[in-house]
Amino acid sequence: MFDWISQWGRSGLDAISVIGRSGIFLFRSLLGRPATGFFGLLIKQLYSVGVLSLLIIIVSGLFIGMVLGLQGYNILVDYGSEQAIGQMVALTLVRELGPVVTALLFAGRAGSALTAEIGLMKATEQLSSMEMIGVDPLRRVVAPRLVAGFISMPLLAMIFSVVGVWGGLLVGVDWLGVYDGSFWANMQQSVDFREDVLNGIIKSCVFGFVCTWIAVFQGYDSAPTSEGISIATTKTVVYSSLAVLGLDFILTAVMFGNL
Amino acid sequence: MLESSENYIQITGMTFARGDRLIFDNVTINIPKGKVTAIMGPSGTGKTTLLRLIGGQLKPDSGEILVAGQNIAKLSRQELFVARERMGMLFQSGALFSDLSVYENVAFPLRVHTSLPEDMIRDIVLMKLNAVGLRGARHLMPSELSGGMTRRVALARSIVLDPELMMYDEPFAGQDPIAMGMLVKLIRSLNTSLGITSVLVSHDVGESMSISDYVVLIADGRVIGQGTPKALLEQSSPLVTQFLNGLPDGPVPFHFPAEDLASDMLQGGTRV
Ligand SMILES: Nc1ncnc2c1ncn2[C@@H]1O[C@H](COP(=O)(O)OP(=O)(O)OP(=O)(O)O)[C@@H](O)[C@H]1O
Ligand SMILES: [Mg+2]
Repeated sequence: MFDWISQWGRSGLDAISVIGRSGIFLFRSLLGRPATGFFGLLIKQLYSVGVLSLLIIIVSGLFIGMVLGLQGYNILVDYGSEQAIGQMVALTLVRELGPVVTALLFAGRAGSALTAEIGLMKATEQLSSMEMIGVDPLRRVVAPRLVAGFISMPLLAMIFSVVGVWGGLLVGVDWLGVYDGSFWANMQQSVDFREDVLNGIIKSCVFGFVCTWIAVFQGYDSAPTSEGISIATTKTVVYSSLAVLGLDFILTAVMFGNL
Repeated sequence: MLESSENYIQITGMTFARGDRLIFDNVTINIPKGKVTAIMGPSGTGKTTLLRLIGGQLKPDSGEILVAGQNIAKLSRQELFVARERMGMLFQSGALFSDLSVYENVAFPLRVHTSLPEDMIRDIVLMKLNAVGLRGARHLMPSELSGGMTRRVALARSIVLDPELMMYDEPFAGQDPIAMGMLVKLIRSLNTSLGITSVLVSHDVGESMSISDYVVLIADGRVIGQGTPKALLEQSSPLVTQFLNGLPDGPVPFHFPAEDLASDMLQGGTRV
């Protein structure tokens, strides 16, 4: 019984100390003078975090848009309002699926890679030797990756939504024969820039921040063994996914819940 | 013993524990300036730990470590990074940056700490690579090197900024006799020509005794002997003679602390 309580207390303390450490980690990485050659390092990371994630984002966006078009048509056609399909596809993507699905894919594709890379650098003493050369690995290794994640995620989410709309168009207009004039007109009328597009972008910024932070911190904090890295990678994907879904509910409630 | 004013590193009353295991128990070690000091001791006594304490990557539980007059444990993060620019450390594993080529690895400290023009960087890098015999390997990636080559590239990288203090963790492990002779000469010449203070961790008793001006023997969390190689060899302390002559029996334990073998074996069961 007492064992159980002390175990419980210990994991509570562990959790709090992880939160504290990850906060200090974030501040130390981002505050102050950036590393020499920061811009070049950032470009390199933008490529591996952002550009290399493009393919999976585009393919997933296309399929999700096509499925939305198909399902939407089947429901709307019963009420004779299948021309509203453009509105439905666009709103679903811009408000919800764009940011959320992109963040989940991002955590799996880029987040896990970031964790494994940094964890392995730690395990092979590359971070230690960088410290002994007098270079702060937080500034040089961690900061460019963090910033690259913050920048990439909203852009990827936008691309996802655009490709998704195109997928909906392909299915709805080209395949199922909805009149393309009403497809676009309906969309234009109902999608509000501030209400929908901007809120979607805010969501994806928040998700990008959280996912990259989790990924980079888990790598940096991992035990320097192969098992430690594998645990850290799993944690990255699990924590990021849960954080994205939980935050999505909170943000949606604040943005669209008329609270 | 040398004058304390001539010590580059002064460790006084330093205690360090890993969990419940006391690695250093109130040790006092002085490392003279401009000399080669060898740290020797059984595997697992904390020689690598000692280098990490000097480099400020670990903090002692008590006591102080002065490097060039600065208390390393009291420095701020920023000051520590500045202090480390004057230190070079060769890691036991080499620890090259795996995403950079051999050339870029050696150029890395120059690129981040100086604003030298590219052709000057090239000259310095090739010179240092030449000194470790790997000028021809400059286009290779770290994954394409052997263990011995990796350490030699790492050595070139750690001396590229001409540090005041060089720490070598097992530089001779995995080197053939020719490379070994070359490394001994290199370490010696860095010391005589540039006046670098060198700390050398090695198991190779013969090589370390011949290369160093001063030897510190540690075992069991304590300093069991220090002095010039000659003085140590003449010393009659059983601890020192056992270690220097490589005898299995004596006061220095060969085993990691454990209960005695017989009772461990007789315990039965499957508990590890
Ligand atoms: N990260 C760590 N966590 C806990 N204990 C550690 C850790 N690293 C080292 N130790 C312990 O500290 C002791 C000293 O380790 P250290 O690496 O300094 O030994 P060493 O003298 O360099 O040995 P070797 O000659 O084999 O390299 C060892 O007994 C080891 O068990
Ligand atoms: Mg060691």
